[in-house]
Amino acid sequence: MGRILIVVWALLLPLAAVATSEVYPFDSAADQERFRTLISELRCPKCQNQNIADSNAPIARDMRDEVYRMLQQGATNQQVTDALVGRFGEFVLYKPQFDQRTALLWATPLIAVLGGVLVVIGIVIRGRRRDPSESSLSDAERRRAEQLLEDRDDGA
Amino acid sequence: MFIPAVLAVALGIVLFAGIGKDPTHLESALIGKPVPVFELADLQEPDTIHRDDVFVGEVSLLNVWGTWCPACRDEHDDLVWLARDEGVRIVGLNYKDNRDLALEWLDSLGNPYALSLYDPQGRLGFDLGVYGAPETYVIDADGIVRFRHVGVVTPQVWQQTLQPLVERYGKGG
Repeated sequence: MGRILIVVWALLLPLAAVATSEVYPFDSAADQERFRTLISELRCPKCQNQNIADSNAPIARDMRDEVYRMLQQGATNQQVTDALVGRFGEFVLYKPQFDQRTALLWATPLIAVLGGVLVVIGIVIRGRRRDPSESSLSDAERRRAEQLLEDRDDGA
Repeated sequence: MFIPAVLAVALGIVLFAGIGKDPTHLESALIGKPVPVFELADLQEPDTIHRDDVFVGEVSLLNVWGTWCPACRDEHDDLVWLARDEGVRIVGLNYKDNRDLALEWLDSLGNPYALSLYDPQGRLGFDLGVYGAPETYVIDADGIVRFRHVGVVTPQVWQQTLQPLVERYGKGG
């Protein structure tokens, strides 16, 4: 009996998680979804490695309230993020906007991939170069190698 | 042989530049912008309403504090010293606090504030981008935010950081 109760309790736990989002009721599922996306992409300035959806800091709560208030008033996603960036700085964006300062940041993956491609090309070219006609043995070495091979054959 | 060495040195320089930087100190997004528009009651006199023009005319420090904030207690004596001995105009922003507790605090510890704004909901605090009290802003005589210090104000912080700014904007304005 005890075990069944634990299973039932465990199954009900996720419902409690859903219940927290009911603090912010929306008329449409689309707005609800926008709200969830926005608060998961905004960063809490106090507890710096959490988004404002996960953070329990009072400031994160204020920010969620503000996002909710703005969405209820029909603000676009851009207006919401602009309003928070205007107060807390670009720090709050987990996805920084693309401009001159962030260009290098955004280009880093591309640079890394291009660098990798260059390395691979280099390795392939070096491999190709090992052509039999371009043997690195000098004539004297070649003669000696042939001599050694012959000696072995005689020995066998 | 050459390229990996260059890469390693470049990475070293980048990482070394980050040493000693405190990532929890964020520059305010309001630097160079006017103090947000607000309308808040006075802490001591609930019927008096202050607006953003309280910063016009004289360079001020805006100190964000609350009785719930232990670090605010740490800096309080230094704020009293700044106001009394250095003659700095400090505007207090009592942030997300309780009026009775705040008044009791000022009665027992001394009141360094030329003026105290009472912001129980933290509305002005939110517009200022306050994320951790105590915070201290340098606001010039035109009401423009010039600097934000996050954390405790000590005599060192005053001498090295705040005082030069207050003097600079005090003369300019």
